[in-house]
Amino acid sequence: MTAKTASEIVSDTYKWGFHDDEEALYKSKKGLSHRLVAEISDMKGEPPWMRELRLKALDHFLARPMPTWGGDLSQIDFDDIYYYVKVTDRDARNWDDVPAYIKRTFDKLGIPEAERKFLAGVGAQYDSEVVYHNIREDLKTQGVIFLGMDQGLAEYPDIVREYFGTVVPANDNKFAALNSAVWSGGSFIYVPEGVHVQVPLQAYFRINSENMGQFERTLIIAEPGSFVHYVEGCTAPIYSTDSLHSAVVEIIVKEGARVRYTTIQNWSNNVYNLVTKRMKVYANGVGEWVDGNLGSKLTMKYPAVYLMGPGAHGEILSLAFAGPGQHQDAGGKVIHGAPNTTSTIISKSISKGGGRTSYRGQVKVYPGCHDVKSTVRCDALLLDEDSRSDTYPYIDIEEERVTIGHEATVSRVGDEQLFYLQSRGIEEAEAAKMIVNGFVEPIVKELPMEYAVELNRLIELQMEGAVG
Amino acid sequence: MTRQTGQDPLFVVEDLHVSVEGKEILKGVDLSVERGEVHALMGPNGSGKSTLANALMGHPRYEVTKGRVFFKGENILGLTPDQRARKGLFLALQYPTAIPGVTMVNFLRASLKAVRGGDVPVREFRAILKETMELLKMDESFARRYVNDGFSGGEKKRAEVLQLGILRPEMAVMDETDSGLDIDALRTVAEGVDGLMGPGMGVLIITHYQRILDYIKPDIVHVLFGGRVVKSGGPELAKELEAKGYEWIAEEHGVPEGVS
Repeated sequence: MTAKTASEIVSDTYKWGFHDDEEALYKSKKGLSHRLVAEISDMKGEPPWMRELRLKALDHFLARPMPTWGGDLSQIDFDDIYYYVKVTDRDARNWDDVPAYIKRTFDKLGIPEAERKFLAGVGAQYDSEVVYHNIREDLKTQGVIFLGMDQGLAEYPDIVREYFGTVVPANDNKFAALNSAVWSGGSFIYVPEGVHVQVPLQAYFRINSENMGQFERTLIIAEPGSFVHYVEGCTAPIYSTDSLHSAVVEIIVKEGARVRYTTIQNWSNNVYNLVTKRMKVYANGVGEWVDGNLGSKLTMKYPAVYLMGPGAHGEILSLAFAGPGQHQDAGGKVIHGAPNTTSTIISKSISKGGGRTSYRGQVKVYPGCHDVKSTVRCDALLLDEDSRSDTYPYIDIEEERVTIGHEATVSRVGDEQLFYLQSRGIEEAEAAKMIVNGFVEPIVKELPMEYAVELNRLIELQMEGAVG
Repeated sequence: MTRQTGQDPLFVVEDLHVSVEGKEILKGVDLSVERGEVHALMGPNGSGKSTLANALMGHPRYEVTKGRVFFKGENILGLTPDQRARKGLFLALQYPTAIPGVTMVNFLRASLKAVRGGDVPVREFRAILKETMELLKMDESFARRYVNDGFSGGEKKRAEVLQLGILRPEMAVMDETDSGLDIDALRTVAEGVDGLMGPGMGVLIITHYQRILDYIKPDIVHVLFGGRVVKSGGPELAKELEAKGYEWIAEEHGVPEGVS
């Protein structure tokens, strides 16, 4: 077989690379300015404080240098990006109200079917606006709010103002600042005290306009003793020039509450995926990130848990698959800010065809946070000689009575494993799939069934031609 | 070259030469196993026993430089390991590899499906699995564990024999299935192999020690030394080796060069 370029391989295997002809109602000019940011805020009819917040965030963004500690960001041209595209003039809650061409896209993604099966509510992001939202009546009567972020701001400005930017401040990092300046869409979820949302809430995200950044902003507030599982899956069509996705997710897990946030991302291979996800977990609360990254050109994403009260527990499961031309720089961060807190980070990465994965993680224990337990485990699997994996674990402990475990392995889909399975009659390609599926099993088993199936299928697609 | 099936022995090794990383380990091995026969291949460490086992199954690290291996009349040296397995050849490995995240039950089902070349009804598979595990005194929970992952030495060997029982090959090569087992485990495993042998099946037991042969009676015993079969005989040869060790073989045949 002759060598293929990365884009050819993408074209071969990227199944969901379809896109609709755009019917955008409004599309901003390319590039970023105070005027554009003010315009976005005005067009959305936002309260003045949000307009101010955006403009200040833009100042932070412009003032901050490009981070150089991670992946290569030098090819991003901020002047060549559309920062705001609006496809429909209002949010729709009934499937019937959703424009037909958007429905077609969702049909291809299988949303209505998924909804029939188990969805509680659907927030589907199409370009910059949430166009479709549906929430089951029983959730509504329980007082659960599940809206697009823009709508959340319009309908619940006090709640949004109280929490927005408290977990990820606009000046946290360059890309959080960018998101704070130009954010659009995303989800707003509020779960009242003691309410357990029994089925996962989920949203599909999708970038459609060429060169359009997608800057969704998600805010989840779980009041004491409540529970919610939010699931987010992403696919993106292929374009020949680079796209930027820079989201911010903020989650507040109050006393004794539990929030799980599951992401499966499959961006097309030209997308820069630079995301800040962080949650604060208060006493006896549980915060969990399940984060699967496939696709994209470069992903930099380190879901973080700040353990703010005694007995709080944080868990991060990270899965990354890097194919030709891809760099997955992923991992997790746990900050122990209270005694008797516990955390687990499990990272699994797979590199193939010259792809590169990095585990970048941090565990920090502040002084006085005694009886902290933290376990970090990162396993990397290389499918061939050309691929690469690096581990950057940062451990910063300022307290003595703590138990910290760190384990890292790098392995290859080896001759011995393949030979063993082959000696039992299993063909080589099938054997390689089994080995990879086994490797990711600890993460996959945490996913809702439909996502587990989809993830296994995505990995199989990525695996085609991996051996031999 | 294909010989006519039916008239020939089940499994024939002819003048087999095998190199590992450019170094010749097997220097012309000849063997012939008929249906229903148990052969034992004994030899000291470094004589090339595991090299033979792996080469017969087609491990890519073992390079066959000369010779032929006929299985049911067909020279199988051009076949991949999975093709050999689907033809009915089985190797119980000395050091089975762990496949984390893949459960025994899924692995066994995938294997049986591959070897049979078609789907295996769940009900039938469950029955075979249950029966074979009972024979080997294995707990049901074993099937839910990941393949060889965290298995003790004895569990690994038992798992190999379990696969033998489920896949029901026509020709089985057992590479040091007895090593690392205490006497109780050895008895279970050996009696398991004995109970799983069908009348038409050929078995080649590769071992350093004679003790497994107390449970599985060999028809023919071969001594591998310096990469060649230097002696063949009846079961009494195994006893002789047990009593006298391998030194007398070394004296008869000289200390081989390059093999320790």
